[in-house]
Amino acid sequence: MSELERSASAGDGHATGTGTEVDLHPEPQYPVNDPGHPEHLPRLTDVDEKAADRATRQVATMFGIVPVLAIGFAVTYFAVPETAYIDFGFLHVGLQHTLLGVTAGLALLLIGIGAVQWARQLMDDHEMVDYRHSAASDRDDREYVVTELQKGTEESKITRRKVLGRSLAGALVAMGIPLVVSFADLGPWPTKRRRAATIETTIWAEGVRLVNDITYVPIKASDLEIGQLVNGQPENLKDLEGTELLQAKAKSSIIVVRMNPNTIQIPASRQDWQVGGILCYSKICTHVGCPISLWEQQTHHLLCPCHQSTFDLGNSGLVVFGPAARALPQLPITVDNEGYLVARSGFTVPVGPSYFERDSRNDFKEGDN
Amino acid sequence: MAFLAARRRHPAARVLLLLIALFVMGALSTLLAPSQQSSADTGTSQQVTEGKALFTVQCSSCHGLNGEGQTTAVIQGPPLAGVGAASVEFQVGTGRMPMSQQGVAQAPVHPVRFSPEEIAALAAYVATLGPGPAIPSPEEYDTSGVSEEDIARGGELFRTNCSACHNFEGAGGALPGGKYAPSLLQTSNLHIYEAMVTGPQQMPVFNDDVLRPEDKKAIIAYLNDLHSRPNQGGLNLGGLGPVSEGLWAWIIGIGGLIIFAIWIAAKGVKAK
Repeated sequence: MSELERSASAGDGHATGTGTEVDLHPEPQYPVNDPGHPEHLPRLTDVDEKAADRATRQVATMFGIVPVLAIGFAVTYFAVPETAYIDFGFLHVGLQHTLLGVTAGLALLLIGIGAVQWARQLMDDHEMVDYRHSAASDRDDREYVVTELQKGTEESKITRRKVLGRSLAGALVAMGIPLVVSFADLGPWPTKRRRAATIETTIWAEGVRLVNDITYVPIKASDLEIGQLVNGQPENLKDLEGTELLQAKAKSSIIVVRMNPNTIQIPASRQDWQVGGILCYSKICTHVGCPISLWEQQTHHLLCPCHQSTFDLGNSGLVVFGPAARALPQLPITVDNEGYLVARSGFTVPVGPSYFERDSRNDFKEGDN
Repeated sequence: MAFLAARRRHPAARVLLLLIALFVMGALSTLLAPSQQSSADTGTSQQVTEGKALFTVQCSSCHGLNGEGQTTAVIQGPPLAGVGAASVEFQVGTGRMPMSQQGVAQAPVHPVRFSPEEIAALAAYVATLGPGPAIPSPEEYDTSGVSEEDIARGGELFRTNCSACHNFEGAGGALPGGKYAPSLLQTSNLHIYEAMVTGPQQMPVFNDDVLRPEDKKAIIAYLNDLHSRPNQGGLNLGGLGPVSEGLWAWIIGIGGLIIFAIWIAAKGVKAK
């Protein structure tokens, strides 16, 4: 029996047993007495006319500077050339925009400070108490609304001619059909076949040359040094334009790195995916798809700037840190008869971030060969 | 011609002919050979000797007497064969080498400790240890003639290849484990070029065969253009993005609003 229950039953016994009166609604006891409202004291400006005059002058001065600043703004707008700039220490900013900002900002600030000072020092200072009350409407209003509703129902004859109400309900439900149908615009249903043709494929294919991003210069295997990084694209990206180009580029971006083959781990199944320590990986993070090229040539770690997922490019792109769940997909590459790097095939797993239907059973895992 | 033919066996003829031949050869060699030798990239034997002497005193305690490098628990000096003159000019010319302290995440920038001649001598000596990238010539990194079009292309290349580490403005950024990509705001054209060619510390290599010299020049021109442009938006707070902007908004912005709110609600001076 808890302390509370024991004292309660003891109290009951006492009340019934002896018949003494028990106060059922005692005054609530607080550890500190309610001090009530503090005494209202007049402000300095209420009793001293000179102080009030001083406050008036302050407010009027602040308001008085505003027109000067407004004219300054207008003069700056027309007179200061856009090419002029301030070069002072760490400041290297356009003069016109700085002056426009300073004049307009200061003017608004002075209006605000002046208004607050006016209210604090000079406006009437009486105190008011405003009690809270229930948010509901009073009973008369509620009854009036109910009778009006009932009267309206009567007058519409909907209770006598029921077919009116039913046909209206049918009409409203039918209007849901266009609404639902237009949801189809949210995109084609991602069936297995559609996924395979869109997000699960890239324009990489057997024999496609690896080229530099932006310049489209093909990459020769013999030109790459150990420690080199190339942000690359497939050569056939050059043929695309507009939306197609952007969609293809978002999936096909790669990074090509060359490492000392003796200091990295290349699994047996991927021995022929590389050319003398030149490895090629997808540039798209497997977490939420940021492009990554922050590569440390000494540790071979590739860090995603968005959420710090870190991949070890010296070990099949396995995740060594961060929220990414899957290794970075590797592109099998070889050299063509002119010595340029080409893809042996497309990516063997879908590149890019996770999505609900993605099958991650084929991704490279720690310990695979 | 008869005057010359008659005197072809004169005792002075041989001597004169020899003098004329020497004069012609001398004139030809002055005309054909490069008139000005840049002090750094052609390693004269004198420079190499001076460089080796300097190296022995200043660098060999970590990098070994012959630049072979050493890796012990205390000293990590990478081997220098094949790093090239550009690497030496970059590391010593920016004050990263000689490193005063071992065990830091990466060599920080210090005031440069050597004169340009000493750096050139060191570079010439290290270049003899193995073939590596040479110090680029001034016309390779002089960006005065670069067109607006190329500057725009340089911007694209910068954002593709460099901005991941060095930030979209070249203001630098953090890497794991206390390492960092340095700011490029004060870096000279030469040192940007050399960094791309040599890949110092964690930076990958972007050699001339892949990122062509004209691409490098465009990138440097873009950076110079970006950094010389006045900021029309006012204070850029270091161009660091959400970190400095957030600090400003939360501390100065919201802090200022709180101070105003306190002032509005404060009781103020009473008459009694």
